[in-house]
Amino acid sequence: MADVVITAVSKSFGAAEAVKDLSLTISQGEFVVLLGPTGAGKTTTLRLIAGLEKPDRGHITIGGVDATTLPPSARDVSFVFQQYSLYPHLSVRENLAFPLKAPGQSLSKDEILQRVEETARLVRIEHKLENRATRLSGGEMQRVAIGRALVRRPSIYLMDEPLSSLDAKLRADMRLELKRIQQDLGATVLYVTHDQIEAMTMADRIGILAEGRLVQIGTPREIYTTPANLHVAARLGQPAINLLPRGLLPDADLPPDAVTIGARTEHLRIAKATTGSAVAKVDWIEHLGDQDHLHMRVGDRKIVTLSDPAAELAAGDTISIAYRNPLCFDAAGNRIGEAA
Amino acid sequence: MAEIRVENLQKKFGAFTAVENSNLVIEDGEFVVMLGPSGCGKTTTLRMIAGLELPTAGRILLDGEDVTMKRARERDIAFVFQLFALYPHMNVRKNIGFPLIAQGTPRAEVRKRVEETARLLRIDHLLDKSVSGLAGGDRQRVALGRAIVRRPKCFLMDEPLGTLDTEFRDLMVHELRELHNRIHATTVYVTHDQMEAMSMADKIAVMNHGVIEQFGTPREIYDRPRTMYVADFMGSPPMNFLSFNAGLAPGARKVVIGEAEIAVPEIREARSPADLALGVRPEHVRFDDASRLRGFVIGAEYLGTTQIISVETADGVIKARIPADQKVASGETVGLTLNAKRLSLFDKASGRAVETALYEGAHG
Repeated sequence: MADVVITAVSKSFGAAEAVKDLSLTISQGEFVVLLGPTGAGKTTTLRLIAGLEKPDRGHITIGGVDATTLPPSARDVSFVFQQYSLYPHLSVRENLAFPLKAPGQSLSKDEILQRVEETARLVRIEHKLENRATRLSGGEMQRVAIGRALVRRPSIYLMDEPLSSLDAKLRADMRLELKRIQQDLGATVLYVTHDQIEAMTMADRIGILAEGRLVQIGTPREIYTTPANLHVAARLGQPAINLLPRGLLPDADLPPDAVTIGARTEHLRIAKATTGSAVAKVDWIEHLGDQDHLHMRVGDRKIVTLSDPAAELAAGDTISIAYRNPLCFDAAGNRIGEAA
Repeated sequence: MAEIRVENLQKKFGAFTAVENSNLVIEDGEFVVMLGPSGCGKTTTLRMIAGLELPTAGRILLDGEDVTMKRARERDIAFVFQLFALYPHMNVRKNIGFPLIAQGTPRAEVRKRVEETARLLRIDHLLDKSVSGLAGGDRQRVALGRAIVRRPKCFLMDEPLGTLDTEFRDLMVHELRELHNRIHATTVYVTHDQMEAMSMADKIAVMNHGVIEQFGTPREIYDRPRTMYVADFMGSPPMNFLSFNAGLAPGARKVVIGEAEIAVPEIREARSPADLALGVRPEHVRFDDASRLRGFVIGAEYLGTTQIISVETADGVIKARIPADQKVASGETVGLTLNAKRLSLFDKASGRAVETALYEGAHG
């Protein structure tokens, strides 16, 4: 029973409403990612669960216990911050062991030793256990910081953009690592980020936060293929989804109340134009290596998709474009069609 | 004119060599990105070009003039860091004009240059607005304006986008490149982010342990890596390597790995038997039941439009990028075909690429 249940929680700072009527259940063993830009209320949500902020309204239960008014130390949570904060005068081993020696922890010396070494292996820092924390690279420090959270076995790990200070390359490695560690431990994680790749690759479920509200929550596939509205659709996908006005491309077969058509790579059929069928022109192909972007122009509208290497298109080519089951949005910006 | 020439540049901090014998020519108007992990020497190189560090050996020439020993302020260079901090109590005009005013530029001149800069960045309609009321993208443009208003010979930028949200970063990457297309100022930009490098650079210098591993256009770096390090650093996920032991003969067009014969770009050199690695990018792997290169699926990463499937073969794990709607089950045995034109071969001991037709650049 380590579910974390947030019920109708709101939190304001002065006139600014940081979190509005948020309800969310995180099941035991689940990896939930809250995705949103700076100011969406992500960090406040974590801090509310950790007890670092008090909600104005609503309830938070952790493992069946009403934690709404409990102090942080009485909550069974472990927090990983964006900026790693290690004890500089301690070794990696001592840093990792520290949370286990805090008051209220009841592990024997042997158990602590074992737990520290296990954790060091998990975060791949076992070869530097005796190093001083200050003699580590940035990546190593962050692994120790994550390790220090993992060394305990709380009901839930709260992670606030723990990878954002790392090199891009290391970040990509750590995404896979963190997911592997979470699965190995069967850990419950609430992770907040503004990075859609992190959300897509690690989450069992993604919650999209905007201006303090949870706009949609679902599996990465649900959020990606059936976004609730334009806002959610625009948060995911590289290149970003093309949001096109009615009538730009042939769309007579689409619902009559569709005002905006959302088209990602998989929603467009693109081919070199045969005579007479040309509707668009290739502007350029942006070579980004693993994902080349095809930039096209229909009238004065730009359309960008992933480029299909087999299509062999070049700048200046005329092409035909047709929809293939695109996403349709009504005048209010909500998606038309069956729910996720 | 602002050509930067770096000759045999070296920097030691005590016993530690931060930059080792680097040579680099950055042509006038070029946007060059120095790319590598932290500690690879990219920032040290940039700081030496700026005059913020003195090299241990070597020379730096700016437009043919030896500036190696000149102070930073004597070089007509703008070092841009903390690009995106604004003065909240000043309006847009004052924020952009600040560096000129600090230099004691006459008021009429400041006015003219600020308005020119604002037009260039398409924020001239915002000049008298307060910066605190601006939308994110416009704020970044104001900050950029403040960086370029002095019009130096060249810009040196040290991870200027590092702290931004990904969405803003993508926006600013395009913004910076468009700006460069308009003003053509020689730019050296340091980052650890290969996407930034690929999106903005005319040329990329990939650095590793103080050494420039490869210097070339983004496509050269990505498509025709000269070392395993470069092949591995670029791409997300990076290039896959299949290990095998074989000798090579010029003119050969295939290699044998386990039971599979794999077509490769024509080999141009002879090699006695050695440990080799065949390099293939995830987007150049396809599933094909008929192939004798076989393995079983150990994982799938959903990315929306595409997915990454990990396949364990006898000679290494291969990650394939395929459309997300293609169904692949974990544990399933699959055959793989590799795009013959795009494969690389490496000597595992040295990490260097074997000469093949790939490097003749037939595909641009």
